[in-house]
Amino acid sequence: MRERYLPLAATITVFVALFVTGGILYKHFFSTLVIGHILADNAFIITAAIGTTFVILSGGIDLSIGSMIGFVGVVMARLDTVGWHPLESAVLMLSFGMLFGAFQGFIIDFCEIQPFIITLAGLFMLRGACFMVTLDSIPIRHPFVDAFAGANIPLPGGGFLASSAIVMLVVLVIAIVIAHFTRFGTNVYAIGGDRPSAILMGVPIRRTTIMIYALGGFYSALGGVIYALYTSSGYPLAGTGNELNAIAAVVLGGTLLTGGVGMVAGTLFGGMILGLIATLIIFNGSLNGAWIMITSGVLLFLFIVMQRSLVGSFSLRRTA
Amino acid sequence: MTTEESTVQPTAGGETRNLAVRLRTIAGHRAVWPLLALAVLLIADGFVAPGFFTIRIQEGRLFGTLIDILYRAVPPALLALGMSVVIGTKGIDLSVGSVIAVVGATIAWRIHEGDPHLVILIIAIAVGLLCGAWNGFLVAVLDIQPIIATLILMVSGRGIGLMINLIYGGTNPSFESPLLQGLSVGHISLIPTRLILFAAIFLVLWLLIRRTALGLFLESVGGNAAAANHAGINTRLIKYSAYLISGFCAGWAGVILTADTHTSDPVSVALFSELDAILAVVIGGGSLAGGRIYLGMTLIGALIIQTLTTSILMSGLPPEYNLLVKAVVVLFVLLLQSNNFRNAVVSLVRRTSR
Repeated sequence: MRERYLPLAATITVFVALFVTGGILYKHFFSTLVIGHILADNAFIITAAIGTTFVILSGGIDLSIGSMIGFVGVVMARLDTVGWHPLESAVLMLSFGMLFGAFQGFIIDFCEIQPFIITLAGLFMLRGACFMVTLDSIPIRHPFVDAFAGANIPLPGGGFLASSAIVMLVVLVIAIVIAHFTRFGTNVYAIGGDRPSAILMGVPIRRTTIMIYALGGFYSALGGVIYALYTSSGYPLAGTGNELNAIAAVVLGGTLLTGGVGMVAGTLFGGMILGLIATLIIFNGSLNGAWIMITSGVLLFLFIVMQRSLVGSFSLRRTA
Repeated sequence: MTTEESTVQPTAGGETRNLAVRLRTIAGHRAVWPLLALAVLLIADGFVAPGFFTIRIQEGRLFGTLIDILYRAVPPALLALGMSVVIGTKGIDLSVGSVIAVVGATIAWRIHEGDPHLVILIIAIAVGLLCGAWNGFLVAVLDIQPIIATLILMVSGRGIGLMINLIYGGTNPSFESPLLQGLSVGHISLIPTRLILFAAIFLVLWLLIRRTALGLFLESVGGNAAAANHAGINTRLIKYSAYLISGFCAGWAGVILTADTHTSDPVSVALFSELDAILAVVIGGGSLAGGRIYLGMTLIGALIIQTLTTSILMSGLPPEYNLLVKAVVVLFVLLLQSNNFRNAVVSLVRRTSR
């Protein structure tokens, strides 16, 4: 097996192991119904995390995801009250997300400021903007929302694939194509793997950086759209802390935080692992929400240590 | 610095040039811009709110908006001090808010168990140090990127706090502790105790960083870890100590914040405080690229953030604007620090003036 597939293989192994554990412990856990629910419940966070995968692959980080999810939601809800169709406002917010991401990318590259601090300012800015739009939860009452929530593809075994999960899987496939079959994707890996070499090879750093963050902004805005449609409301505190879940999903998915190594498909499994932990804890019934935080932390720790040792023993960064 | 600038009056001939040079050296000093920003904020407040600068004595203690700003700035400033040391080593500590949650939960738990309150204080600081030791272990020993290493505790810390609360079946347990509350909300003669406490911690840190070799080592590790290593500095130990210092500061902030509310509320205590702390360091001129520790400037940064928060509250703007204004200010400060941006602005101004 190629060494660079090892983190992905480890992620899938952990996912299967967790799923089998759940199946042994609880009746009815082994079903497409559970899988379908995990996919649907985590579709928004996985969608946002897919965009983050590109950012992290390039050696950057994006902290503005959670606020973007909240902001998209409140604006869509607000536009709903003045009679916009959710699809129209979704298109508007997707373009906004892309522009906002591009703006962040431009400042990061032009002013040579760490992505961490710029996207942190973005986090504050969007969350503040949420509060300015509304302080309360606004419902989205358009009939389209019900139609969206109701649409699904039945799966064998009584489960179903909800529309949010379908959207997520479609954009995942698009992201995989972008990452592995386009020049842009190659440039992302090049910048993240070895920036000075990428510059010397003539990779257009500025254009690529702007595109990376625009893509990140687009995907997190899409995550926000999915979340707003899924919950059929906009709430100014929605998505608080989700940037960390998204980063955790990317890390659990086997992408190295130092950039250059990882696969977009891994993020799906990383997000599913987080969802699976939450589901297991809910199935247990006697454990509370604190356990979700602690187990996520422990898993994150184990994966990072595993990544470190992989990098150390196989010198992953050179082979990838 | 600002007073000096305003007293300088341009006169004729060579003296003007001399003064211009002097002005430029003053303007080039790193303390000028943050101090100027703070001064502008305070002056604007003076216009908006009459009586902003009045300080009076009430019930045997000092009262006034300025005192209030100092009072509220203590916990974030403590976090920012620890953060500035960590950032000086090219690291970052995202876990400080969660450390406060853990410290708070531990305090409530031990008070519930009936420990002597002085022992609890020591335990609380020890918990802060322990969290710092964990972060230091991940960063210095396992060589994990600081953002991610401290992310682990950030994600799980509030969960740990909730678990500690659950040990004795409480959710958001409240408590009474004359000693801890005295430290947090009490006052010694006229001055709030927490200000004295802060001054003491600041002094200790300052002596440690500026009067021992530790500060030099910390900055050299942040500036160029490989070179520092070749120069014979134990870079791991130095990095480790930075996270211990941050944990220590977060421990004290946890004591003050928890005693202030008499409750342990792991979910919402000090939410986003890590971000404020980082902002304070950045506003104070500390570069996230490491290599510099400015304790005094960080304090000014923390004061700017607190003054900004208080100003927004006083100006009658809804508090919702708080985050947005903060973001815009931070972005502005960051842009000013960037050479490319300054050059672009200068050339733009030249082009339009021609």
